[in-house]
Amino acid sequence: MTHHRPFVDIRHAQKCFGELEVLKDISLQVEQQQIVAIIGPSGSGKSTLLRAINDLDPLTSGEVWLDGVQVNKLLPHAQYEKHINQVRQQIGMVFQHFNLFPHLTVRENITLAPKLLKGVSDDEANALAEQQLEHVGLIDRIDYHPSQLSGGQKQRVAIARALAMKPKLMLFDEATSALDPELVEEVNQVMKMLAEEAMTMIIVTHEMGFAESVCDRVLFMDGGVVVEEGAPEVVFHNPTQDRTKNFLRKHLEGAK
Amino acid sequence: MDIDLILRVYPHFLKAAVLTIELSVLTAILGLICGSLGAAARLSRLKAIRFIGAAYVSLFRGTPALIQLFLLYFGGPQIGIQLDAFQAGVIGLGLNIGAYMTETIRGAIISVHKGQTEAARTLGMSRWQATRYVILPQAFRLMVRPLGVNINALIKGTALVAAISVVELTYTAQRYIGSTYKPFEMFILAGVLYMIIIYATGRGISWLDKKVRIQ
Repeated sequence: MTHHRPFVDIRHAQKCFGELEVLKDISLQVEQQQIVAIIGPSGSGKSTLLRAINDLDPLTSGEVWLDGVQVNKLLPHAQYEKHINQVRQQIGMVFQHFNLFPHLTVRENITLAPKLLKGVSDDEANALAEQQLEHVGLIDRIDYHPSQLSGGQKQRVAIARALAMKPKLMLFDEATSALDPELVEEVNQVMKMLAEEAMTMIIVTHEMGFAESVCDRVLFMDGGVVVEEGAPEVVFHNPTQDRTKNFLRKHLEGAK
Repeated sequence: MDIDLILRVYPHFLKAAVLTIELSVLTAILGLICGSLGAAARLSRLKAIRFIGAAYVSLFRGTPALIQLFLLYFGGPQIGIQLDAFQAGVIGLGLNIGAYMTETIRGAIISVHKGQTEAARTLGMSRWQATRYVILPQAFRLMVRPLGVNINALIKGTALVAAISVVELTYTAQRYIGSTYKPFEMFILAGVLYMIIIYATGRGISWLDKKVRIQ
């Protein structure tokens, strides 16, 4: 019998910033094509957990595996760099503040990494950019600069940029938190589309409605631990833990 | 004011101004090289290299440029460094302004938002690729104006090499005062020429700054 390792496998993740322990022995398994939402108050460690998956915030202890390969392997510096660059090419990440490259056009934002890292030719890269922009509905903005786009458009370009690397996994770190309310929907639409295309996704979000409609599983984190975990209808409508109930109640009041 | 005297001597001052410009250009080039290396050292991953960068900056910013020039020009031969006055001027001022440029360049690099590096690294770029294609193009735009301030200071700083008898503007003014006893006219003339050089440089910097600014 072969041992099955989940597609994303986080084991006993611990993260300390000096004295402060922001992740306390967290384990999380995600199978291919699953969509997992991580919710919780700010400072709960949810972004830190997400950023540990591509080793942007390296864990203090614990392991992260992706598709049978350990992401946070202990290696000599040069070897580690090679390894992690390889791994990161397979993990798309979308940030709260988009982090588009302001000195490049939309097209160049998308083509830069495939050209540098995959040796894609100019023509292929252009085709890739056009295809991805078509996908997120922004083909008419291909030669704009990021500063000429709205927040929602910027985030859609950021998603297109990540997708152009053909990732196996997408991480969303509060992708809509910095957006004006009327711009949230267009980004949510793109994420829903990815969900329909069976992309594996881990989503840190404050949007309970969206999490409920899209995700297979919800994790509620607080104080560096997973307080409650389960199907969205359970976590959102029949939570067992008081901390979850309190958080959801406060959040609902806030939303009104 | 003795206008006739000014009209008589100004061609010599123009010649001296050309030397001041040559001195400034060479010093700026050397300064930019030292500044780039210094900034790279200050931002190195390796502690020893960071220390070298920091030591360079505090050494050259922590002592008067004039002392550095004297040390190089008069003290150099004692330890086997033979330079003529012009060479000592360029090297001394270049190393000095390089220390200031180190901080300017480093400042521009670290003021590029951290999210830019994160986005680049997340896509799988190496540290060098992220620096080369994402950080430096943005940092360069941020450093044009502050480097302009450094260059402005270095042009005025070239007056110091009069003290090691390089025949640039200030030295020339002093020489003509020696023969004409008209310090007012001579310093006005030198001052006006410095102003023209600095004004033209400033315009050049503004032009470059506009050209590279992100739309």
